This record gives sequence, structure tokens and C-alpha cells, in this order.
Amino acid sequence: MIPVLQPLGRTFLVFLEAAGRLALFTGEAVSHCLRPPFYPRAVLRQILDIGYYSLPVVGLTAIFTGMVLALQSYTGFARFSAESAIPNVVVVSITRELGPVLAGLMVAGRVGAAMAAEIGTMRVTEQIDALTTLATNPFKYLIAPRLIAATFVLPILVLIADIIGVFGGYLVSTYKLGFNGATYISNTIEFLEFQDVFSGLVKAAVFGFLIALMGCYNGFHSRGGAQGVGAATTNAVVSASILILSFNYLITEAFFAR
Amino acid sequence: MSDTPKIRIRDLHMAFGGNRVLQGLDLDVAPGDSLVVIGGSGTGKSVLLKCILGLLAPQQGSIQVDGQEVVGLRGDELEAVRHKIGMLFQSAALFDSLSVWENVAFGLIHAEKTPRKEAREVALRRMAEVGLKPQVADLMPAELSGGMKKRVGLARAITTEPEIIFFDEPTTGLDPIIGAMIDKLIVEATRAVGATGLTITHDMASARRISNRMAMLYEGRIIWDGLTEDVDNSGNPYVEQFINGRAEGPIEMKIQDHFG
Ligand SMILES: Nc1ncnc2c1ncn2[C@@H]1O[C@H](COP(=O)(O)OP(=O)(O)O)[C@@H](O)[C@H]1O
Ligand SMILES: [Mg+2]
Repeated sequence: MIPVLQPLGRTFLVFLEAAGRLALFTGEAVSHCLRPPFYPRAVLRQILDIGYYSLPVVGLTAIFTGMVLALQSYTGFARFSAESAIPNVVVVSITRELGPVLAGLMVAGRVGAAMAAEIGTMRVTEQIDALTTLATNPFKYLIAPRLIAATFVLPILVLIADIIGVFGGYLVSTYKLGFNGATYISNTIEFLEFQDVFSGLVKAAVFGFLIALMGCYNGFHSRGGAQGVGAATTNAVVSASILILSFNYLITEAFFAR
Repeated sequence: MSDTPKIRIRDLHMAFGGNRVLQGLDLDVAPGDSLVVIGGSGTGKSVLLKCILGLLAPQQGSIQVDGQEVVGLRGDELEAVRHKIGMLFQSAALFDSLSVWENVAFGLIHAEKTPRKEAREVALRRMAEVGLKPQVADLMPAELSGGMKKRVGLARAITTEPEIIFFDEPTTGLDPIIGAMIDKLIVEATRAVGATGLTITHDMASARRISNRMAMLYEGRIIWDGLTEDVDNSGNPYVEQFINGRAEGPIEMKIQDHFG
């Protein structure tokens, strides 16, 4: 018994310690987001980095997803002569699920990794210590702007992704599947509910926060030179992706499970 | 009250797990002194500076800056103490997302809320003092050589006119000529802002040029301290071995003990 339980117990303790450290880090980071001084310049730069430069990759993801969705629903629904449901399926799947989740995962790969690498490098080259000696709190100057920017920008990105995704579905439906363009659009708008879009945007804000949190946390605690920074980058992306998928379930349940 | 030391450390203990780095260290730095702490690599010199800055929390002991206890200090009070201290890091630790002048002006812009235009002018003056041309101001740190990075780091450390400046191995990794230049700049810059200097290094030539007092760190304690001109007649076998760079002596005996 003992040889089995011992490593189990040790793993559990290590897990608890990590969870506690993350909770403290999150608490401190959030408290610095809410208290002045703020660094508007740093926030703007992050908004540009996270939002503007993610547009191409998020846009491409969205348009192909919308296109493939229309195509797949057609092959499925044609068997029941229910092709007219395609606009509805496309818009609901994109706004509720695929828009926020796919955009979240793409941004986690792009931005979460970059945050962990940048902050991790600053840690191992003593730049974070240097900030502190210049009487500037790294939580305020480095972490709060990233959290604020990501939480604010992801919903905007996802809204754009929603529109592009629906447009992808429209393209395939009208050019390939023989839909009438005007009917497709009026069907899309008719079936769409405020709740569908809104729940997607709430998800996006939560995912943005999680991506920045994982990027900053892993970067901030990286150790031991280039190798440590590499590990921090991987951890940031993997943990953000897992958190996105699990929070996606929790938020969906909160919104729609009645 | 003029004999309150600028920095006063008593019985400082700092360990990382089982690795006991500082074991009851005592040290005084008087106002206006330039004290150099010498000691081998990995003896805890950088750890000592990080404890004074409140970046590491020692397990035991007292650190006073201007008579104020630093150990256990938090928040705004700790930031006020840090504001008195400037530091030149071993690798310069320039912020690589900011241009040279923004690095130099960082403390003015962020801690003292100086307008950017004014801060830039002060930064350019500080850069001139350490021999950097105005053309360098808009370069990024990645475009600079090692010696220039050190100069920028030095300018950044003195812009807010701190009362105390720390230098972590200022000449390590530089060629002897540039190293000597940096030493000269350190002496001039420290004098220009009237600061107390605390330098850590294992480079004896540099230590002699910068210091008026020296202390030697060995096995977590200060085992000798005195005036720089007395260092050659310390009568302490550890110090004699270190300053003469001899392979044989009590220090090597200890290393062999560790392997034996
Ligand atoms: N943050 C840290 N975590 C764990 N160990 C550390 C840390 N910082 C320094 N050490 C250890 O403390 C010892 C002294 O390091 P340091 O002060 O950097 O030496 P040096 O005298 O060369 O500046 C080394 O054994 C190092 O491994
Ligand atoms: Mg060191």
C-alpha cells in the first residue's frame, strides 16, 4: 500500500502548492488591474499586439470554419431534406461555440506563447528585478496591462470572427449549394438570438483573461535560462488551451442548461 | 546622527532549501563610502544585494537602510526605500522593448512622473556623462555592444540621483580596457550624484580602482573588512589567497573537503 500511496500523496501536495501559488498570483494580478496607477501606453500596445495582429489568423480560421460548416451540414441535412436549416446551424454554431473556442485557441498559440516568452526572458535576464529597483511594480507594469487588454480585446476579435464565419457559410451556400443570397441572410438574422452572440462574447472575455493569465504566470515563474523560457512557453499554451476547453463547457452549462 | 550607517546589516541568514548561502553576515556601509565586497563565484554576492533590495526575503537578521528596517517591509514603504537605491545589473538588464533613452529615463517617467519630453532631456545629459553620443538615444538595446549596454545601465542607475548605488560585477565579461573605462565612469558618476556605492565583484583590479573600503565574503560571512590600502597587508590567509589569485591555500582546501 505505502509505496503506491506515497507518490500519489506527493503529487497531490505538489498540485495543491501549484494551485495555491496560481491563486495568489491571480489575486494579486487582478487587484493591480483595479487600482491606480495605470499604464495606458502599455495597455494600448497590448491591445494592438493581441487584437490587431491576431486579425489575420483569426479571420482565416473563421472563414474556413464557416465554409466547412455549411458544406458538412448540407451533406448531413440533405438526407432529411432539411437544407433550409443550414443558415441557422452555421450562425448558431459559430456564435455560440466555434467562434470563441477557435479564436481562443489560435490566440493562445500566438499571444499566450509570446507573453510567456517575453516575460520569461525578462525574468531570466533580471529585467524584472530591474523594474523593481526602478520602483515600478512588475504586476502593474507588465501583467495588469496584458490582462486588461486581452479580456477587452478577445470579445471584439470574436465578434469579427462571427461575422467572417457567417460570411464563409454564405459564400459556400450561395456559390456551391445553390442558395438564394437574400434568403440565406434573412434566415440567418431571423433565427439568431441575442443570447447566442452574447454567450459567445462572455466566453471570449473569459478566454482572453485565461490566455493572458497563463502567459504571464508561466513567464513570471520561469527559471534557468533559455530552456526554462522554452518550458514556460509550452506550459502557457497547453494550460491555456485546456482551461479554454473546460471553461467553455462550464459557461455553456451556465447559459443554456435549463 | 551623522554616524548612522547608510546600510547596516546584522546576522543575515539566507538559504534556498538546504543551500545555506548567507550564514550570519554583518556589514556596515558609511555614507559616502565606496565599498567593494569581493568573493568567489557563487558565494552569495548577488543574493546579498537582492536581500537589501527586498527581492529576496532572508530567514533571519536585520537590514537597515538609513536606520530604517527593510526586512519584512512591504508596499509603498518598501518602494520608498527602493527609490533611494539605483542598481547596475551584471548583464545590464536593459528593457529590450524600450529604446535607449526610454531605458535611461524609465525611473523619471514611471516613478517620478516627469513629462516625457523633460525626461528625455535629462536622459540625454546622463548619457553624455557616461560618454554616450545623442545618436545612441533612439537605438534599441539589442543594437548595442556589451560595453555600451553597461554604460546605458549605468546612466539608468544614476538618472533618479539615488543616494545609494549597487554595482553587480560591473566589469565581468568586458575586455580590460573597457572594464577600466567603466570603473572610471562608476567613480565619476557616483561622485557626481554624491551617492554611496556598494559594488560586488571578483575582479581585484576593478575592486582596487573603485573602492575606498573592501570586505571579503566567504562561506556566508564577511571574514575581513578594511581600507583598500590595507588589503595587501590584511594578515588574513583567505584574503591573501584571493587577491593574489593563488590556487593553493585555505580556500582550495575547503573545495577539496567538499569533494572528499
Ligand atoms: N533565486 C534563487 N533560488 C535558488 N537558489 C539561488 C537563487 N539565487 C541564488 N541562488 C543560489 O545562491 C548561491 C549564490 O548565488 P549568487 O549570489 O548569484 O552568487 P555570486 O556570488 O556569484 O553572485 C548559488 O548557489 C545559487 O545557486
Ligand atoms: Mg552574481
